[in-house]
Amino acid sequence: MRLNLEFMAKYLPMYIDAAKLTVEIAFWGIVFSLIVGFLCAIVRYYRTPILHRIVAVYIEISRNTPLLVQLFFLYFGLPKIGIVLSTEACAIIGITFLGGSYMAESIRSGFEAVDKVQVESAQSLGLGRWLTMKEVVFPQALAVSVPGICANVIFLIKETSVVSGIALADLMYVTKDLIGLYYETDEALIMLVIFYLIILLPISVVASILERRLRHAGFGN
Amino acid sequence: MENKIQLQVSNLKKQFGSETVLDGINLDIHKGEVVVVLGPSGCGKSTLLRCINGLETPTGGTVSVDGIEVTSSNKKITQIRQKIGMVFQSYDLFPHKNIMDNITLAPVKVQKRPRKEVEQDAERLLKRVGLWEKRKAFPRELSGGQKQRVAIVRALCMKPEVMLFDEVTAALDPEMVREVLEVMLELADRGMTMIIVTHEMQFARVVADRIIFLEGGKIQEESSPEEFFTNPKTQRAKDFLQTFTFEKRKTNNI
Amino acid sequence: MQDSGISVLFMGSNFLRLLEGLWVTVRISLISVILSIPLGILFGMFMTLKNPFSKVISRIYLEFIRIMPQLVLLFIAYFGVTRAFGWNLSAELSAVIVFTLWGTAEMGDLVRGALISIPKHQYDSAEALGMTKMQTFVYVVVPQTMRRLIPLTINLTTRMIKTTSLVVLIGITEVLKVGKQIIDANRFDYPTAALWVYGVVFLLYFLACWPISILAKRLEKRWR
Repeated sequence: MRLNLEFMAKYLPMYIDAAKLTVEIAFWGIVFSLIVGFLCAIVRYYRTPILHRIVAVYIEISRNTPLLVQLFFLYFGLPKIGIVLSTEACAIIGITFLGGSYMAESIRSGFEAVDKVQVESAQSLGLGRWLTMKEVVFPQALAVSVPGICANVIFLIKETSVVSGIALADLMYVTKDLIGLYYETDEALIMLVIFYLIILLPISVVASILERRLRHAGFGN
Repeated sequence: MENKIQLQVSNLKKQFGSETVLDGINLDIHKGEVVVVLGPSGCGKSTLLRCINGLETPTGGTVSVDGIEVTSSNKKITQIRQKIGMVFQSYDLFPHKNIMDNITLAPVKVQKRPRKEVEQDAERLLKRVGLWEKRKAFPRELSGGQKQRVAIVRALCMKPEVMLFDEVTAALDPEMVREVLEVMLELADRGMTMIIVTHEMQFARVVADRIIFLEGGKIQEESSPEEFFTNPKTQRAKDFLQTFTFEKRKTNNI
Repeated sequence: MQDSGISVLFMGSNFLRLLEGLWVTVRISLISVILSIPLGILFGMFMTLKNPFSKVISRIYLEFIRIMPQLVLLFIAYFGVTRAFGWNLSAELSAVIVFTLWGTAEMGDLVRGALISIPKHQYDSAEALGMTKMQTFVYVVVPQTMRRLIPLTINLTTRMIKTTSLVVLIGITEVLKVGKQIIDANRFDYPTAALWVYGVVFLLYFLACWPISILAKRLEKRWR
């Protein structure tokens, strides 16, 4: 296999732009997923009446449908009832809709891993709900949740590749374009893989270091 | 002993589903009094303590501390809980905070007392239980007995008027039981009002001003320790004490 | 809705066509899962070997498959392999290959997890009872790993079904594509068709995956 380096150099800037877009979409999607996930986890943990059922339904729907289908509905379906969103907004909303439920489950499992007696002893010391959450439950839950959250972050960045399906010029889209236009398939695919490795490898390494450290330093009694 | 009633439980009832755990408990505890609650497992001892502290909402009846009723109203309950210290069976220290932070958390955040003052209190109390050198350690570095002593200090630092102990030595290795009981004995000598649920019969005999024997959610017998251990009035209490000696003999024989 | 785009769904064989489209992706995922299970079990056992060579090989395979978005793998198989080796893979065959490779990696990791979760004293006591290695495996290890693995494998199936929705992007005519054809054909008569068609596709996927997820959750709860 001989690579056309000239071709690769020529289209490098295009890939860099596409990578930026991929990272940007993933970043905002992940930030909003964390917010949605945290709120849902709180609602589930405290079993807030009514809301907790709604959140349960949301989580089931979000986890049992593919992102691509969610995006098609948002991007092609919603404008028909007057809700027109930009492509980027659709992508971020889609990732948030998907990621929110994954984050919620990871964060909730952290909350639930905190022993009940921890909450009770905080209460018996007179700590109210908010202080109990902030000082006692949350810090302990976080240690349990972090590996799951990291796995979700990687998962969501990977899922971002799907946004090419609604014509967002991300890495996948650019690659498909180049293959279609110039038939420089090998070069386009190699650049695609390299760019995803550049984005995902460091995060994956950091995640596994974090996980190992948390496991060893575990608070456990 | 002063005559002021510090804690009043009247006609307390608690049901879990169809099961009645507490069935009309009446109990007055005076200031400085040490009450030990005995009874077979599942008799409602722990539930009684948890109702007093508002961790469980009673199905009926009232609990009041210093004349203020324990309710489930959020504002009030945190105020009352500051008057009641509780130590649990399992080590309930916060694993992510060191010993000092465990102790100062509630006085600083809940009672809003100046940190300096709280730390001085903590120092005095930690020295009293012999754990001052461990102030920077994390709970996982402590033995079970040390953890329970810290848990007692943590509750004391809130300057409670009543202390509740829920089988605090049940999860400990035998050689660590004594160091915890010593702390409790000293506390009793200093005039703390205490309610103790325990299975340590010898300790109960020494520390208690009054023994409450609970079975089937009712107070079956209420007497001085001398009387309870040498001459129990009810058949149930006799049976209960008997099971103890029987169990003891059995373990000796193996 | 004035033009009630929903009626598009009931025109002619439209709904049936959508179901046929869904079957394309479900078929790809089922074939891939069925191939992944035996391959994954072998791969999982391969990963537990103490041999450093097998460890490195399996690690690289697992990490690469896991870190790459499945869509990238699909592109490599469909566009790349065709050119590099001159094989002319159909889109559906490349999809099956990619999802089997992916499923094998995931399944292998699950099998490895289940195998190493069996405490060492189980092996010791089997040996003390005079069992051979094979007997230990068949009578002690397999029954214990099964309970852990079955719910996780069922879960993998739902992940597979969701992920196979990507095959539309390498040109396979599956449910989204059929949906688009229906929308295009009715663009003038029923402008709001897209909402209904994609809404129904959304619902169909949910109906395909949800019962399987519930089953997995039930089994997991019962067997733990």
